[in-house]
Amino acid sequence: MADTKNKTCVVIGASHGGVNFASYLRREGWEGQIILFDKDPMIPYHRPPLSKAYLTEGDLEGNLLKPKESYEHDNITLKLGQTVTSINRADKTISLQDGSAQAFDKLVISTGARPFIPPIKGIEDPKGIFAMRTGEDAINIKNAVDASKTKRVVIIGGGYIGLETAASLNKLGAKVVVLEREEHVLARVTAPVMSDFFTDLHQEKGVKVLTNKNVVSISKKNGYNQVVCDDGMCYDADLIVIGVGIRVNTELAKNAGLDIENGIKVNLFTQTNDENIYAIGDCTYHYNSHYQRYVRLESVQNAVDQGKIAAASICGKEQEYNAIPWFWSDQYDIKLQMVGLSWGYNEVLVRKEEVEQTSFSVWYFKDEELLAVDAVNNAKAYVLGARFIKGKQKINKTKLVDSSIPMKPTSFL
Amino acid sequence: MAKITFITSDNETITVEGNSGSVMELAVKNNVKGIDGDCGGVCSCATCHVHVEPEFTSKTGEASELESDMLEFDDLTNEYSRLSCQLQVSDDLDGVVFKVAK
Ligand SMILES: Cc1cc2nc3c(=O)[nH]c(=O)nc-3n(C[C@H](O)[C@H](O)[C@H](O)COP(=O)(O)OP(=O)(O)OC[C@H]3O[C@@H](n4cnc5c(N)ncnc54)[C@H](O)[C@@H]3O)c2cc1C
Ligand code: FES
Repeated sequence: MADTKNKTCVVIGASHGGVNFASYLRREGWEGQIILFDKDPMIPYHRPPLSKAYLTEGDLEGNLLKPKESYEHDNITLKLGQTVTSINRADKTISLQDGSAQAFDKLVISTGARPFIPPIKGIEDPKGIFAMRTGEDAINIKNAVDASKTKRVVIIGGGYIGLETAASLNKLGAKVVVLEREEHVLARVTAPVMSDFFTDLHQEKGVKVLTNKNVVSISKKNGYNQVVCDDGMCYDADLIVIGVGIRVNTELAKNAGLDIENGIKVNLFTQTNDENIYAIGDCTYHYNSHYQRYVRLESVQNAVDQGKIAAASICGKEQEYNAIPWFWSDQYDIKLQMVGLSWGYNEVLVRKEEVEQTSFSVWYFKDEELLAVDAVNNAKAYVLGARFIKGKQKINKTKLVDSSIPMKPTSFL
Repeated sequence: MAKITFITSDNETITVEGNSGSVMELAVKNNVKGIDGDCGGVCSCATCHVHVEPEFTSKTGEASELESDMLEFDDLTNEYSRLSCQLQVSDDLDGVVFKVAK
C-alpha cells in the first residue's frame, strides 16, 4: 500500500457501516487519520435492539457498537453531534453545519436511511407521534409508554420494525394495535405463510393486527391522538409509532454529482463514480454477484460486510463484494433468521420439524434454484440454507419437506 | 473479576479482565481480532466463534440448542466450539483460555 501516514480518511455516518469500516481500515494497515462524523450525539450503538430488547430490558450503555476506549485504542476520531452539509469534490473537503470544513483524501459515505413519514393529515404535529430509528426515538417511546396510564399504542406499518415494536410494547403492558395498509403484514419481504404465522402470533399475545388499513388522518384529542382510516374506523392512541419504511440519505451524494439510482450507486468494490469516494450500508445501490442484479439492502450484514470491502479497497487489497445477505428478527420468544433474497421466487416449500411445535422453515425457489430461506426457531435450517444457496446446491424437494429426514448437509441431495 | 485469555488466529495472546457482560463484548472491547459480534450478541451471526481450550470446558458449560444449531454445520466447528456472546463473564470463567475460531 502507498504511504498513508499523512492521509486522511473521512467517514460520514458513524453507525453499523461507518464504525465497522473505520476499525477494519485500521486493521488493514491505514496509518493516517480516520475521522468519523455523525449528527447523532450518542456514542454509536447497535440499532436492531432498539425495537427489541432495548425497549423491554436494555440500556443503551450495554448496547454500544464499541466501547469508547476502543476508538482511542484504534486512534479513530469520533465527531458526534455534527451534521455534514456538503461534499465538495473539487477541493476534496466536506462542509459542516457549523461552517467549518474538513479535508479528505478518501471519503466514505455511510449515511444510511431515515424513517419515511407518510403524508397523513395531522402527522405534522409531533405530540405523541414517534419514528423508530435512533436511540433517541427508542428512549422517547419507552418514556412515553412508561408515562402513560392507559398505554394505548397504534403502530402504523406492519413491517419488521413495526411488529418488533408491537411485541416489545406488549411486553411492557401496552395495548397495541398494528395498522397495515397491505393485505398482509411483512408483505414486501416474506411469503404469505410467514405473514400468517406472525399475524397469529401477535393476535395470541393480545396485539391487534389489522390489515387493509389505510390511515388517512391523525387528529389531536384531549391529551391523545385519534387515528382515522379510509374505511371510517378510528383508533385512540396515547402514542403512535410510524414504521412504514425508510428513505435513503442520498442528498449529500446527489448534490455532489455522484451517481444515484435507488441509492448511491457503487461498484463491486463499494466505490462510487468518484475514485476517492466510497459508499457502504443502507444508502448503497450495489451489485449482488450471486443473484446477478443490483439491490439495496437494509441490514447489519450488508453494512458491516461492505465496510470490510471498502477498507480493503482503500488499502489497495481489492476484493469483490459477494456476500449472501442475511437478517434476523426477534419477536416474543420467536427467533426468525433469514438468508438469501427471495425476490423473483415461483415456489415456496414449508418444512415443519416434528419435534418442536414452533420450529419450521420456508424455502423459496425459482424453479430448481434455492433463493432464500426463512427459519423460525430453526437455526439449522438457516445455516444449511445459507450453505446450499452459496453452493448453488440442487435440492431434492420431496426430501426437504419430509421432516422424518433429519436436517443434515447431505440429506436433501 | 475474571482473567480471560484470547488466542487469535495469528497466535497473538491477549489476556484481559472483566466483570460483566458477555465474553464476546469483552473481546470486542479489547479489539480481539476475529471476534466481531455483528448481531450484538443475539446468537444470529456466528461472528463470535471461539474454541474453548479443552481443560476449561467444565467452566464454560453446555451450549443451548440454538447455539449448537448455529455451530453444527460450520466448517470451523469442533467439539470445543462456542459462540462467545452466549458466555457470561463471571468469576467462574477466571483463567479460561479461548482460541478465536476465525
Ligand atoms: C429499529 C430497527 C431494528 C432493526 N433490526 C434489524 C435486525 O434485526 N437485523 C438487521 O440486520 N438489521 C436491522 N435493522 C437495520 C439496521 O439497523 C441497518 O441496516 C443498519 O443500521 C445500517 O447501517 P448504516 O451504517 O448503513 O446506516 P445507519 O445505521 O442508518 O447509520 C447512518 C448514520 O449516518 C448519520 N448521518 C446521516 N446523514 C448524516 C449527515 N449529513 N451528517 C452526519 N451524519 C449523518 C446518521 O445519523 C446515522 O447515524 C434495524 C433497524 C432499525 C431502525
Ligand atoms: S455475536 Fe452474533 S452470534 Fe454471537
